[in-house]
Amino acid sequence: MAETPIDRLARNTPASVAHRVRGLSDRAIAWAFVTPTILLLLAINIFPLIWTIRLSFTNFRANRPNEPVEFVGLRNYQRILTDPDIWHTMQATAHFLFWTLFFQVVIGFGLAWLINRKFKGNDLLTTLIVLPMMLSPAVVGNFWTFLYQPQIGLFNYAVEFLTGGSVAASSFTMLGSVELAPWAIVIVDTWMWTPFVMLICLAGLRSIPDYIYEAAEVDRASKWRQFWTMTVPLVLPFLMLAVLFRGIENFKMFDLVVQLTGGGPGDTTLLTSIELKREAFEKWRTGFSSAYAIILFVTVFGLASIYVKALNKVKER
Amino acid sequence: MSAYSVTAPSRRSKFFAGALVLLYTVITLLPLLWIISTGFKTGPDSIAYPPKVVFSPSLEGYVNLFTSRTRATNEQLAEMPPPANWVEEIVRRRNEVITGPSRFGERFMNSVIIGFGSTFLSIFLGTLAAYAFSRFRVPLKDDLMFFILSTRMMPPIAVAIPIFLMFRGLGLSDTHLGMILLYTGVNISLAVWLLKGFIDEIPREYEEAALIDGYTRFQAFRKVVLPQAATGIASTAIFCLIFAWNEYAFAVLLTSGNAQTAPPFIPTIIGVGGQDWPAVAAGATLFLLPVMVFTILLRKHLLRGITFGAVRK
Repeated sequence: MAETPIDRLARNTPASVAHRVRGLSDRAIAWAFVTPTILLLLAINIFPLIWTIRLSFTNFRANRPNEPVEFVGLRNYQRILTDPDIWHTMQATAHFLFWTLFFQVVIGFGLAWLINRKFKGNDLLTTLIVLPMMLSPAVVGNFWTFLYQPQIGLFNYAVEFLTGGSVAASSFTMLGSVELAPWAIVIVDTWMWTPFVMLICLAGLRSIPDYIYEAAEVDRASKWRQFWTMTVPLVLPFLMLAVLFRGIENFKMFDLVVQLTGGGPGDTTLLTSIELKREAFEKWRTGFSSAYAIILFVTVFGLASIYVKALNKVKER
Repeated sequence: MSAYSVTAPSRRSKFFAGALVLLYTVITLLPLLWIISTGFKTGPDSIAYPPKVVFSPSLEGYVNLFTSRTRATNEQLAEMPPPANWVEEIVRRRNEVITGPSRFGERFMNSVIIGFGSTFLSIFLGTLAAYAFSRFRVPLKDDLMFFILSTRMMPPIAVAIPIFLMFRGLGLSDTHLGMILLYTGVNISLAVWLLKGFIDEIPREYEEAALIDGYTRFQAFRKVVLPQAATGIASTAIFCLIFAWNEYAFAVLLTSGNAQTAPPFIPTIIGVGGQDWPAVAAGATLFLLPVMVFTILLRKHLLRGITFGAVRK
């Protein structure tokens, strides 16, 4: 069949022109679609960050916007890093971080391992177990202060019940005692977030193909050996990911603990975010707290970068 | 189908695993059941020792939640006309009279407006951006995940300082619009990332077929990609909604009288001499129940949402 001039023209038109003829070009669409999102990210995420960095070199106070603002160089940073109170809050945060991660990993992995036995109804139980982590931490944290009431609280009563009455429900106050309060917040956070670690571990366990275990059975590897040389290494990247997410979240923990203890008693549960809130919105030391915020951000960012590198190495193995 | 497997757990190990997990489930749900049941207790029942599991249900908590009341003497009560409805009856029994509605309804509506507003905006912008990221070439794709993660590393309080100043300058403090924009800004990275994952899973061939049929790129997006991505969009929307619904730090710092949402409000519900626990529990129940329902609806995509799409199952 002879080729018409129209066919020839169509064949020779560059693809980009052809697309433009039929509505917007791909590139125009790409830009039109992405720009609003990028603008919003710049306005709500990047711009405030830059502003915080700028404020951190000044003595600005947000409650006195008309006072002259002085540039103080690195003085805010110097003060923070030499302030013993700040190191104390870092310690409280470290205690909270370490123990919440420890319990969540142990219990979360254990639960996932059990659920992976695929007993009847495991789907239903998984959904029910997950519920606490989806709820508002502030509202739930507030209600836990009720469960922790010395005489009438359900938690204290459960302790009395389980110890056969040798520890009376009225004999201790979880949130009021210097020794117990750091553990009280660990308990609530563990209650709330163990399902998160569990879900991710479960995904890891389910990603292990059966034939690996079949091969191990043929080789007569013991169950114990299978667990440590196959299950654990294969789930490890998932577990590490869960720890990364929980670590970041708990480093900046605010809502749950502020409702539970508000940082008290004394400053035993004064986590960095709560301290930051006091400096920024109660003492109104805006410059100082901006520097503090930057230090926290750099710390998390640095730790997370190192951690992600390690995670990628584990994944590659 | 397989008659015998060497790797399948034995019946006994299944039974023990099931029993242990069931035990954990019961323990972990106790606090939630306690919230729900406390909402239906009377004041004295809620603080009884030992804690009351069996009690005669009352709507006192819910009545207290939605009304503000004042004490009245017996003489005053005697002079009043008989209670017009069951709500007044409950209040009168405790020597109180209703003076008006409480602020809970307002706060709850704020949560609804801000939650749905920011969810709609996040999904609208997020779907467009996700489509572009999915179908066109984007530089630094591998670093994107870490970048998105890093926007979440900043403690909310730290970002709250400049946002507080910015909003004050723009007249957005304590307004619905300000909170909607803020929550959208926080949610959008999650929305884009999740939606990109969902759109990636739609074969390009569908669109290409549409383009050949004479659709423009935009028509192909609207008529082919969007319907295919509907489930993904719905579950992403629920995640955005849950975040905005639960958020506390920004809400407590940036709102007060006008646009305050329920999470900062519920803990401030107080009665005579301390917190009015049945009312707090009633408020918490009404506030938490929608999220519980959503979680159950979402269960298939839950993992993806909470890990920013890093784990897809």
